[in-house]
Amino acid sequence: MGYQKYDLAPLTHSIDQFLYSHLSSTWAFLAEMTLIGVVFLIFYAVIGLYLVLAERKVCAFMQNRIGPNRVGWFGVIQTIADLFKLLLKELITIRKADKLLFNIAPFIVIIASFLGIAAIPFAMGLHAIDFNIGIFYIMAVSSVGVVGILIAGWSSNNKYSLIGAMRSGAQIVSYELSVGLSLLVIVIYSGTLQLSTLVESQADAWWIIKGHIPAILAFFVFVTAGTAETNRGPFDLAEAESELTAGFHTEYSGIKFAFFFLAEYMNMFLVASVAATVFLGGWMPLHIPGMEGFNNAMDFIPPIVWYFGKTAFVIFLMMWIKWTFPRLRIDQLLNLEWKYLLPINLVNIVVVALIVLMGWYIK
Amino acid sequence: MKSIFDYIAGIFKGVWSLLKGMTITGKYFIRLDKIVTQKYPENRKKLKMYDRFKGELIMPHDANNFHKCNGCGICEMNCPNGSIEVISDKIITSEGKSKRIIGTHIYHLSMCTFCGLCVKSCPSNALAFSQEFEHAVFDRNKLTKVLNNPGSSLVKDLAE
Repeated sequence: MGYQKYDLAPLTHSIDQFLYSHLSSTWAFLAEMTLIGVVFLIFYAVIGLYLVLAERKVCAFMQNRIGPNRVGWFGVIQTIADLFKLLLKELITIRKADKLLFNIAPFIVIIASFLGIAAIPFAMGLHAIDFNIGIFYIMAVSSVGVVGILIAGWSSNNKYSLIGAMRSGAQIVSYELSVGLSLLVIVIYSGTLQLSTLVESQADAWWIIKGHIPAILAFFVFVTAGTAETNRGPFDLAEAESELTAGFHTEYSGIKFAFFFLAEYMNMFLVASVAATVFLGGWMPLHIPGMEGFNNAMDFIPPIVWYFGKTAFVIFLMMWIKWTFPRLRIDQLLNLEWKYLLPINLVNIVVVALIVLMGWYIK
Repeated sequence: MKSIFDYIAGIFKGVWSLLKGMTITGKYFIRLDKIVTQKYPENRKKLKMYDRFKGELIMPHDANNFHKCNGCGICEMNCPNGSIEVISDKIITSEGKSKRIIGTHIYHLSMCTFCGLCVKSCPSNALAFSQEFEHAVFDRNKLTKVLNNPGSSLVKDLAE
């Protein structure tokens, strides 16, 4: 296949072999872990900061404003300046807060999203860990984040924070179902939970094209439920500025607040990249069955560009949703999940099982 | 059965209205020429404020240095925070009658809240708001202003 011309596996293997030939196996293993950790840390910080900037710009344009445009050309270093400001600020600890939990909570939230990023295939051969239960793993670790939010709300010893955290708990417990079931649609189609095989299975066409109506339905359900799971507007009840000041992170200041903020954006990135990988083919170029010339032309665009392009598209979709719709009330939120998304999903799964059984999809 | 149809129709109606909202924001997103934000210090030269904008209090004078203030002091009485001081003067007209005219109309910009009661209550429409809003000065004494120009007089006096 043409897309294999940009395979990055030889590069990563040569780094691996270089480390193992110069160091003892324990040290080589440790060096590799450190290297991957540092790369992900930098990636995390850069993506997080630039997503904040992108959100501010998108929001501004949708409201007929300009957005940040003073710090750097077109405001490109605005969020870096914001980060420095937050780093210099005082870390206030509340007198009657539970000190240990209060300090631990931001780290739980940020580690949860950090763990999820590790299993994402960025390009062919650029994949930190390729679990055979990749989708299940991402779902499991990303829902650990809610524990951090609950701890943050509880340990702040503040009623607003506690209400925000409780709402967040109710929200994530219910929307986790929709996220899982909508991913299950594609798992039934492809017959695998491993992300690398899932991407390979879309070499002839993406699942959203091959899987037609149920896959499109599942994609939109996933984007909706994913938006809810990352606590973003219109489902940002956990923060709800106008009702709860800032919800679970009311009492946090300085860099701990920045951790919550960054984790929110990285969760959005995680949801968008899962949506891109599972429904839109991940790093796989756009292939249409039967059009050889077109497919070969598409193969010349490197997979990493495809991956980031698709992720950016889903992120833009989520921002568009956030800056269009007003916030839901808690009962409306639970109605939407239990009365609409979940029944639609369950029917969808039965339909998909039938379709796969009869072979009514593009193979 | 009807409830099932209502449920499904409700989903489609809901999705349709959501899409309608997203079209509006989507249109705004691509119409960058409709941006309302003004880049202030750069556009200072061609910046135009709005007619009803309350910059600072002025007393309009015409080309022959005439104003409409007769020194009645109603603006001073109506000012809630005492930022206007009217010092009136007396002159003897040609018919031998004594007449009150304005001596100095003092306006303390530092105390003004721009409520506009002075402009509204003035019986002879002598006061107005200018569009000037860059009030910052290095000495606060500069914020105390005399509104009537030196040597100016009331419009009606011209006939006499």
